Amino acid sequence: MLKYIVKRVLLAVLTVLVISMITFFAMNAIPGGPFNKEKAVNAATMAALQERYNLDKPVPVQYVLYMKNLLHGELGVSLKNGREISAIIGESFPLSAQLGIMAALFAIFFGIILGSVAALMRNQLPDRLIVFFTTLITAMPSFVIATVLLYLFCMKLGWFPAFTAGENNMVLPVIALMFSPMAYITRLTKTSMLDALNQDYIRTARAKGVPQMKVIFLHGLRNALIPVITYVGPMIAGILTGSMVVETIFNIGGLGSKFVAGITNRDYTLIMATTIFLATIMVIANLITDIVYKVVDPRIKLD
Amino acid sequence: MSENFKKAPLSAQVDLSKFTLADFTKATEEEKRQQEVMGESTTFFKDGMRRLRRNPLAMGSIVVLILIVLVIFIAPIVVPYGYAQIVKGAGNLSPFQYSEKELAAIAAGEKVFPHIFGTDSLGRDYFIRVVFGARVSLGVGVFASLLVLVIGMLYGSISGYLGGRVDMIMMRVVDIIYSLPDMLLIILLSVVLNETLGGLIKGTVFAKVGVNMIALFIVFGLLYWVSMARLIRGQILTIKQNEYVLAAQCIGTSTPRIIRKHILPNCLSVIIITTALQIPSAIFTESYLSFIGLGVSAPMPSLGSLANEARAGLQSYPSKLLFPAMTICLIVLALNLLGDGLRDAFDPKLQR
Repeated sequence: MLKYIVKRVLLAVLTVLVISMITFFAMNAIPGGPFNKEKAVNAATMAALQERYNLDKPVPVQYVLYMKNLLHGELGVSLKNGREISAIIGESFPLSAQLGIMAALFAIFFGIILGSVAALMRNQLPDRLIVFFTTLITAMPSFVIATVLLYLFCMKLGWFPAFTAGENNMVLPVIALMFSPMAYITRLTKTSMLDALNQDYIRTARAKGVPQMKVIFLHGLRNALIPVITYVGPMIAGILTGSMVVETIFNIGGLGSKFVAGITNRDYTLIMATTIFLATIMVIANLITDIVYKVVDPRIKLD
Repeated sequence: MSENFKKAPLSAQVDLSKFTLADFTKATEEEKRQQEVMGESTTFFKDGMRRLRRNPLAMGSIVVLILIVLVIFIAPIVVPYGYAQIVKGAGNLSPFQYSEKELAAIAAGEKVFPHIFGTDSLGRDYFIRVVFGARVSLGVGVFASLLVLVIGMLYGSISGYLGGRVDMIMMRVVDIIYSLPDMLLIILLSVVLNETLGGLIKGTVFAKVGVNMIALFIVFGLLYWVSMARLIRGQILTIKQNEYVLAAQCIGTSTPRIIRKHILPNCLSVIIITTALQIPSAIFTESYLSFIGLGVSAPMPSLGSLANEARAGLQSYPSKLLFPAMTICLIVLALNLLGDGLRDAFDPKLQR
């Protein structure tokens, strides 16, 4: 077990390194330095600027220096407004994290309930309805869901204030974000629940006279949830990328909308730092998912 | 016959005097057919198609997709507006509304083609923009999936067939690419390629397609093939255990030929299903990128960029969002259902 964990951690570190390399060298391939757009910079100032930001050194050396700074928490400054990127991430990420965690928890909660209901009432009306809606939701991109929610509940019904960021306005963004992972978890729970209920141990439990509810929740659901765990890692990645458009649409100043703004403004240092930051979170999420999966399900062979 | 046996019990010779000439005439086609006890033999493909035809959702999806494709090809011929053509004085019309100028023209007896979906804020016909947007989205989806298919198939079949050390190294590469957060890298690479490709492809055929589109394809080609490669490798690992592969090897068939003739046709169903399900995911990615401003370049519409532009006037013109959003949902829904139907029809493992 320990060997497996160490192996996975090493692979995760390698992945983050590869990502940082791809990000750094790809960004360096863009022609023109960060100061080329500034007006009237004389040669001396340019040289000073280049030295200040290590731009006069060869690219591999720049990469090493960048990584060194990165490990000290220095992500450089935004090209757009000159602010420290670590400060930008520090103030905007909590908002995104709050949004994402709420969306993830609600998605898991409702997904498991809906999935179990669909499995237990197979081919009955509730199951048909659930299948219908999950199929529909998986065909809708997150930006369509978010924009439709914004139009319906903010503009038409006026239940929520439109275009103002704030605590009370988290409801719609959370709903917009949770829909597609919820649909996926519902499908996943349904198939694994059906599978679990066909197992021999369920029959044994029933034969022993264990109450129906106890059979379903204690024996069935517990085993049906194992495949759902594997989805948590990809779900976090999906929610993080989804939050980019959802935050932009609902005008929430989280990291996602900052990232999209960075793309629009061609703010390369911000894009670079945010990519590495978000990628690290996703890799860590995947790592934890993998380890938890092995811990929960002893049937999985350790390799 | 029984008499024959009584005369000469040990003779194997048949007494021909008992038969007339009619007994030796060839059987007619009809008589031959009567002898056929078996039904018409069915191939795997026919069997799957039969199952697919019985699935109303999948058949409905095919009809919807055919309709959409027809509209995409016919509409630009029928509708006299271009996707970048600005009709003066006809900004922000609602569906089937005419501008004052056009009303005057109609009153004067001229024929004016209606704006079926209205026009956008610049006065461009919205219907044709949505049609071209759907064209871009579908084109990107299909082409990107084919790209993924070709790369994944080559990589997966080589890795799976050769096995051993080559397989191990090739699969480690896949593992690393697989663990990268794809969406982030797609965004990153799109940003970079959009900036760098412009100079490289100037004056070539590619310039016509647009930098962003090329960037999109490169990104797909670089990142999305890994799951396809894994899948095909897994299939090949099981198929190559079969005796007919061994037989082919024994008579000295070359490796590429064995892969092409004996192995790939047998994992065809898996390939088709995965490709069919890859298209909607590619369409999603494209619309997502277009939505955050990294998709196709400006005058060219895509369903994602149309939906993004519609946000600005959402309060007053919700139909601008509705049309592209509905189109994208319809296309993706139809493709998803078709993919599910294909999987049910062609994947015998899932049959219950």
